[in-house]
Amino acid sequence: MTHRGSRVLHVGALSRVEGEGELRLRVDGARITEARLRIYEPPRFFEAFLRGRAHTEPPDITARVCGICPVAYQMSSCQAIEDVCGVAVTGQLAALRRLLYCGEWIESQTLHIHLLHAPDFLGHSGAIEMARHHRPHVERGLRIKQAGNAIVELLGGRAIHPINVKLGGFHRVPTRTELGPLAERLRRAREDAWHTVEWVAGFDFPDAGADEEFLALAQPGTYAMDSGIPTAMAAPSSAGLSPESSRALPTRAFPVRDFERHVAEYQVPGSTALYSSLDGKRHLTGPLARYAISGRWLSTVAREAAHAAGLGDPRHGTVCRNPFRSILVRAVEVVHALEEALRLVTDYSAPAVPSLPVPPRAGTGYGATEAPRGLLYHRYVLDAQGTITDAALIPPTAQNQSAIEEHLRHVAQSFLDRHPDPDDEQLRLLCERAIRNHDPCISCSAHFLDLTVERH
Amino acid sequence: MSGERRPTMAVWKFASCDGCQLTLLDCEDELLPLAGQLDIRYFLEATSAAGPGPYDLSLVEGSVTTPQDAERIQHIRSVSRHLVTIGACATAGGIQALRDFADVEEYLSIVYAQPAYIDTLAHSTAISRNVPVDFELRGCPIDRGQLIEVITAFLSGRRPHIPDHSVCFACKRRGIVCLPVANGTPCLGPVTHAGCGALCPAYGRGCYGCFGPSASVNMPAFIPLLHRDGMSDTDVTRVLRTFNATAPEFADASGAPPAPAQPEAPDPPEES
Repeated sequence: MTHRGSRVLHVGALSRVEGEGELRLRVDGARITEARLRIYEPPRFFEAFLRGRAHTEPPDITARVCGICPVAYQMSSCQAIEDVCGVAVTGQLAALRRLLYCGEWIESQTLHIHLLHAPDFLGHSGAIEMARHHRPHVERGLRIKQAGNAIVELLGGRAIHPINVKLGGFHRVPTRTELGPLAERLRRAREDAWHTVEWVAGFDFPDAGADEEFLALAQPGTYAMDSGIPTAMAAPSSAGLSPESSRALPTRAFPVRDFERHVAEYQVPGSTALYSSLDGKRHLTGPLARYAISGRWLSTVAREAAHAAGLGDPRHGTVCRNPFRSILVRAVEVVHALEEALRLVTDYSAPAVPSLPVPPRAGTGYGATEAPRGLLYHRYVLDAQGTITDAALIPPTAQNQSAIEEHLRHVAQSFLDRHPDPDDEQLRLLCERAIRNHDPCISCSAHFLDLTVERH
Repeated sequence: MSGERRPTMAVWKFASCDGCQLTLLDCEDELLPLAGQLDIRYFLEATSAAGPGPYDLSLVEGSVTTPQDAERIQHIRSVSRHLVTIGACATAGGIQALRDFADVEEYLSIVYAQPAYIDTLAHSTAISRNVPVDFELRGCPIDRGQLIEVITAFLSGRRPHIPDHSVCFACKRRGIVCLPVANGTPCLGPVTHAGCGALCPAYGRGCYGCFGPSASVNMPAFIPLLHRDGMSDTDVTRVLRTFNATAPEFADASGAPPAPAQPEAPDPPEES
């Protein structure tokens, strides 16, 4: 191979993600010196135009940040505004919210697994092409997704941007008889989801490790989804371990209201997405973090699925730090969400009222829930009339961006070590995979992938 | 071979949440049969294979908000035989058009510590304000059934059957009790384009207009009804200025300044 100088590898318009972005790698000799994810999703200014809106509006408005996880936005915003107004939604209303969230987890994670991520492992450009060779798997994915959509459609009115969510609960709550038929469908989907775990467990996973702190909500006794306390798990290097270590490390927690004291946003040139750090360091939210922090609270069947899939037993403190295996954790989470949904449907009795009153009050409120892609934080400041005077939304993608860049640098470097003169197309495919490990979802932060490699 | 050529389709994204193109992936029962009838050449959300145009059908989601996108839509039009916009962003500027009622510089300073890093236009414009459009499908998000109707109509070479009457028609057809009449609940149903199947009224909630204005609306007669049902002027302005804020009928009724005659495309498009 001839000696090469520094050059930039440029991956244009990333595919099978939601949102737009590109990737730029700078290669000096044989070393990758910079990996930069440039998100060029046009800014949409949600935090700005929420100012001046009524406190009742964020569930409808912020849903429009993301077509893949609107429920997450609705739930984080309700929680934050109810926090200002001193209202706690409990009992069957809270159970219905959790059921709605389960619906989104099922359809959104299943979309990510079957339509966006699995084609990478099987060498296909997308699910439609993959369906020519693996039709039963794609059809099974679509069936599971339908079960998730059925929940969101029944409770929310429609699968994308549900209309039935309001502060304090719902506009209308279903009767037990209306919810009943979901049970059989969820049982079938749980069977399908188990087969998806088996299918995904057979994929070939590259070796990789995440050396970031994990950040997820924790709610002892349950696999945190719709509420919990932000909890960070130390990075392996801080304990002298390798990034691939599967040992659980010490955790520390902080109240949701202190979130912005720990997670700080910052901006870099050329990207409309804001970056963030956790106490000054890179961190990762999403399935790997949730599994590390809440894995022991998975349902029995989901834990068995995890064990059968080779993820180890989270009750014994086993964690997974290989970002490529996040697809496996997602598949396990779908089993869990289906079981949880089934439990909620079976135990349901209609609440006395569809919603609690949430009269406005001046103050600041905080909310955080586990969107399928990771922790989603909202803060609102209201005046006494309930007009929003300030709003902050910190989505998972923005939190993960720095970690994703680090993973890209590692993945690209190890590839370069093995193939000193790779063609850019191979490198682009690998980088796209590394991104889809975490996210199909860039419009939250601000879509994708253009790869530029700068070689010097 | 040429007799069996499947029509080529592309799906494009501009400023948006991806919800409308996701609607295509949400057609679980119809997705694979539809994919069998079309040659999906370009659909970044679903496939990393990107085939060249020209495209027989382009579905466009999202609004134009950057100088680059103002150029990109010109190119997409030039390589598309039929161009259909999907959703409120592409059809009416979307929620990001709320900038049209504000100072975008101020917006930038609220969201970004370094506004200078961001390149954006002062307005968010519907696709039809930038290039000729063959059909506009409304909704935030679009309705799955309507999307399938648009694609099957395209495949059979006919006009899509998408009625442009108001939500009230759908409500009556479903036998839903009229919320304003029965409960005094403010409802945008009388002026909102049908398509959702009167979803909000079915859940006991007044329509909030996410499909934008219907074909013939009489806002001066309608707004007093909203006042009667308890909405203040501020409430009326807010509800009209959400997902279809720059749809002309909603914009006029919310007291908006006239929209720019031309969106601020930086350069004339090159013919390609």
